[in-house]
Amino acid sequence: MTDQNKFDYILQQADNCLILGQRLAEWCGHGPILEQDIALTNISLDLIGQARLFYQYAAEIQGEEKTEDDLAYLRDAWGFKNVLLVEQPNGDFGFTIMRQFLYDTFSCYFYEALMSSSDERLASIAAKSHKETLYHMKWSADWVIRLGDGTVESHNRVQQALNELWSYKDEIVIETSADSDALAAGYGVSLAELKEKRDAKITAVLEEATLSIPEGTYSHKGGKEGVHSEHLGYILADLQFLQRAYPGNEW
Amino acid sequence: MSTELLEQKFNEKIDQEVRIEPKDWMPEKYRKTLIRQISQHAHSEIVGMLPEANWITRAPSLRRKAAALAKVQDEAGHGLYLYSACETLGVERDDLLADLHSGKAKYSSIFNYPTLSWADMGAIGWLVDGAAIMNQVPLCRASYGPYARAMVRVCKEESFHQRQGYEIMLTLCKGSEAQKKMAQDALNRWWWPSLMMFGPTDADSKHTEQSMRWGIKRFTNDELRQKFVDVTIPQAEILGLTVPDKDLKWNEERGHYDFGEINWEEFFNVISGNGPCNKQRIDARKKAYDDGAWVREAANAYAEKKAKKKVA
Amino acid sequence: MNKNWPLWEIFIRSKAGLNHKHVGSLHAADADMAVQNARDVYTRRNEGVSIWVVETKHITASDPDDSDQMYEPAKDKAYRHPTFYDLPDELKHM
Repeated sequence: MTDQNKFDYILQQADNCLILGQRLAEWCGHGPILEQDIALTNISLDLIGQARLFYQYAAEIQGEEKTEDDLAYLRDAWGFKNVLLVEQPNGDFGFTIMRQFLYDTFSCYFYEALMSSSDERLASIAAKSHKETLYHMKWSADWVIRLGDGTVESHNRVQQALNELWSYKDEIVIETSADSDALAAGYGVSLAELKEKRDAKITAVLEEATLSIPEGTYSHKGGKEGVHSEHLGYILADLQFLQRAYPGNEW
Repeated sequence: MSTELLEQKFNEKIDQEVRIEPKDWMPEKYRKTLIRQISQHAHSEIVGMLPEANWITRAPSLRRKAAALAKVQDEAGHGLYLYSACETLGVERDDLLADLHSGKAKYSSIFNYPTLSWADMGAIGWLVDGAAIMNQVPLCRASYGPYARAMVRVCKEESFHQRQGYEIMLTLCKGSEAQKKMAQDALNRWWWPSLMMFGPTDADSKHTEQSMRWGIKRFTNDELRQKFVDVTIPQAEILGLTVPDKDLKWNEERGHYDFGEINWEEFFNVISGNGPCNKQRIDARKKAYDDGAWVREAANAYAEKKAKKKVA
Repeated sequence: MNKNWPLWEIFIRSKAGLNHKHVGSLHAADADMAVQNARDVYTRRNEGVSIWVVETKHITASDPDDSDQMYEPAKDKAYRHPTFYDLPDELKHM
């Protein structure tokens, strides 16, 4: 491996994309209305596409003729570096929307900053992904507002989702050594700067949605270091089943 | 204008292949038949999402996962186009869905079979979509404009579905013993239900004659079924798979394959609710609809609030 | 209360310089959502660069019963078309 740190850094975002894409794919066929079923799968497809671009690059860095699928299908949970937020189960539509919003507000500013990465490959993946994510953030923010300021029931449901997810929103902006090394080396993103923009966006949208911002400051963490919730094991059991049951086959 | 005269003009248009449009006069029976046929088709698309969606999270590579997801999403789109076509006839999508949920409306019985292995994703794309295309292409010339236009869009998008299915089968058939077995097993289970997709034999098909007259059906069930068998057998040979029909053989005289008797008892059983997954499929659709009610209400309520604010 | 989202007619410009063309319809709670839904439903294969949405109920259509009086009169006015005028062949382009 030529650059272990860059490899780890790329996997953090690749795994976020894959796991959230996988979660959203669970909605396919079960959305609240056809139009939104399609919207959800569009986002899922974008995320899986982003994951592939990152995995392909990471696999090249890893060498040893590894592929995107080796990285997605043949690592166990402790090798995954996604945040706990994205592995949370879908819950109701409101919960999915809030999880998406808390992720989009990160990824949008993350890609915006990553476009200036000293690593050209990362910068170009970021440029493509940023356009997609801008749309995701518009979609999820609109829904947060719509549900928050909709009916009493929708307000309560989405407030409940916000309360439950609040302690999962910050892990993604807490620096790991991969983050700080990447920043120092010039190809990474400053999470501190990003957090400021992100928090302002979150606050503005939640206010427009008439939701009350939870007071807690505690943050769950561990995902970025490979220590996950119980959910990830089941996600991987699904995701990796065929590759594990029939090793070495072409599909 | 008298009804007789209107009907005469309508029939002239049909004979001259002039499309009927939503605001044109049409016989009530034509309208009802169209609603039944188009909504059945729409229901088939959205129920048909379920057996395949069952394998999206387990797709064996990222490339396959993206293709499977895009494919099932297309089916949601096709359902949407078709419901929209139906709505031009003066019914609302919600009413059509209510009929689906209550069991009053039918959908293609093939989606009441389970997807048991990854190879089923291949078999469905290859056989079920293959059969569907055969049914659907002639409908691009259906006499009712919005239906024909929806079908043009559907067929255009559908073209990658069968290819991706066949590619899955091909990869499995070139793979390990276990993979070949998986592929053969899928063909064994999906072959006969695919033939049933064309509906009862012409002798037993109660709607065929009138629908052909009206130009909303272009070929009979048996014609399409024969065509499907004829093009599919060589495809199975390329895969090296055995079609599970001992009576299957090329008939030089007819220039077609002869094939065995379809188990119509099974067909009518599945249609009337006794298929392996009928209840599961409808329950899943109902649940999605019911769970989504508060979301749809919230969006309405928010839209109303916003509209009021604009006025004020 | 469980009422359908209203129906919208969708018009898409497939590339710069072309007219918006009717492509179909869909349901949405409001205009903003209709645009987003149209983007998600009708431009998945790169079919468009611009979207118009109009709530179906706002469309006024001509009555097919009036077709004769509306459209027949235009049929015999050949002088509106360039081919009506006989010009010598030597005049290559006009």
